[in-house]
Amino acid sequence: MHPLLQRIQQTFSVGITGLAEWRGDAAVTVTRDKLHEVAQFLRNDPGMDFDYIVHVSSVDWPDDEERFEVVWEFYSIRKRHRIRLKTRVPESDCVVDSLTALWKGADFMEREVFDMMGIRFRNHPDLRRILMPDDYTEGYPLRKDFPLRGKGWRDTFDFLDEVPR
Amino acid sequence: MAFEDQRTTVYKVNPEHPESETLPTLRTEELLLNMGPQHPSTHGVLKVILELEGERLVKSTPVMGYLHRGVEKLAEDGTYHQFIPHTDRLDYVCAMYNNFAYCRAVEKLLNLQVPERAEYLRTIVAEVQRIIGHQFWLSAQALDIGAMTVFFYCFRDREILLDWFDELCGARLTTSWYRIGGVERDLTPSLIDKLKQFLDYFPPKIDEYQVFLEKNRIWLGRTKGVAVISAEDAVSFGLSGPVLRGSGVDYDLRKYEPYSAYPKCEFSVPVGKNGDTYDRYWIRVMELYESVKIIRQCLEQMQEGPVMADVPSVTLPPKERVFTNLEAMIQQFKLFSQGFDAPPGEVYCGTEAHKGELGFYIVSTGGGKPYRLKIRAPSFIHMGAFDHMARGYMISDACTIFGTYDIVMGECDR
Repeated sequence: MHPLLQRIQQTFSVGITGLAEWRGDAAVTVTRDKLHEVAQFLRNDPGMDFDYIVHVSSVDWPDDEERFEVVWEFYSIRKRHRIRLKTRVPESDCVVDSLTALWKGADFMEREVFDMMGIRFRNHPDLRRILMPDDYTEGYPLRKDFPLRGKGWRDTFDFLDEVPR
Repeated sequence: MAFEDQRTTVYKVNPEHPESETLPTLRTEELLLNMGPQHPSTHGVLKVILELEGERLVKSTPVMGYLHRGVEKLAEDGTYHQFIPHTDRLDYVCAMYNNFAYCRAVEKLLNLQVPERAEYLRTIVAEVQRIIGHQFWLSAQALDIGAMTVFFYCFRDREILLDWFDELCGARLTTSWYRIGGVERDLTPSLIDKLKQFLDYFPPKIDEYQVFLEKNRIWLGRTKGVAVISAEDAVSFGLSGPVLRGSGVDYDLRKYEPYSAYPKCEFSVPVGKNGDTYDRYWIRVMELYESVKIIRQCLEQMQEGPVMADVPSVTLPPKERVFTNLEAMIQQFKLFSQGFDAPPGEVYCGTEAHKGELGFYIVSTGGGKPYRLKIRAPSFIHMGAFDHMARGYMISDACTIFGTYDIVMGECDR
């Protein structure tokens, strides 16, 4: 197993729901309540030393009980290694801890996840839509149940019937 | 004395002129100013709400999304091959590098090996694209700051390379030349000659750009000590590319997670000291010299060979076979209509584009389409540090900061 994952497994007895290594990428899945603790460990532990935030992303799995997956990716400038941190949230309670206090760059990236997937971040300093307009009420575009062609006022257009030639 | 403290909200009355006490007291307040969405130095449609105290920036709030086209959503609806032209439209100034970053991510997902000649070609064209990107950046930044001449000189030389792209793939900006598993076609002898000529022609021209700027007092005054960001903050914000290296952080994926033909080339990564706009300028100019060096080495080392991996289930057949061979045509048709069967899993692959780390995070559940595709766009992440970097500077420095990020809204809003 990847040495980083081994270290995490030894440090945390509960809260780790998955450790995976695929194509050289190490990924750790944690339960929602342990997220901040694990993130703090990744940030501050001298052996981990993940000081650089790469991206924050989210995946929608509509058939699963815990529908949304939030993904953070970190890099260590000094140690030159990467890790992916993931957690799951159910649709009914779509809230997850924000990691803005640990990585300043998480601010905009988490706002994007909120905008696109509708996942709320607890303790985020400025959780507003970022790419869609502030007054956009038609949902969250990257969810799987959002149609590709969009929805809302476009649906109310009068479409012309095909003119027979 | 009146106006002794500019920060007081009510101006004091001059005691030598008691009659002035009868005048109403002057009230000052922060001024809100919308910069954009249509502004020449925002490099696209971007609005920033500036809170001003006099001419100083107190707070700035970027408002983005004017160019949001839902590229990540579109990716979920097309096959892996079909997404390549979409990546051109991300950072439309440097389409080749986007193609490259995307193809690398898909190849990582498929665990696909690219032939050696293709790796060299990819590196050559990526570095040509880096030169174009930095030329474009230099001209735009200088123009924003008020140095117009550099703009013409950079565009004159950029034009040569765009024509070279035109001959290479038929397009100047939206190139789509990279393919999953290789590149679309080989360089012709004429292209190689032209590139060699350019490599001899170009380095003296970089010196020329520098002469215009480095002895220019206005340029120095408007870049040195402007928009300073410390190494610690730059890392915490996730900045990348020249913006991060300007603060003295040695982070270049070409060196530390080497890919393509970069490990076979010798080049250095310029790193700044002060974290100001001037250092970021200096890094980009030095990178122009390094790019020339890399292209030279690649042209020398490159051996004959195939330019596309031969994995019929994934890679496209050569065009001449498509037109003459039935099986090849069926293969081409199948790959474009259904796509190939990608293994389930998830990968993140970052590539050092000229703006910073351009990464693609792909989640696959098998089948021909990505289940989720996330683009880590450096421009977007750099905008997150805008408020931090602009605080306390003059309003005119806001233009400098847009420029120093090398921001392109197509990539920022996606």
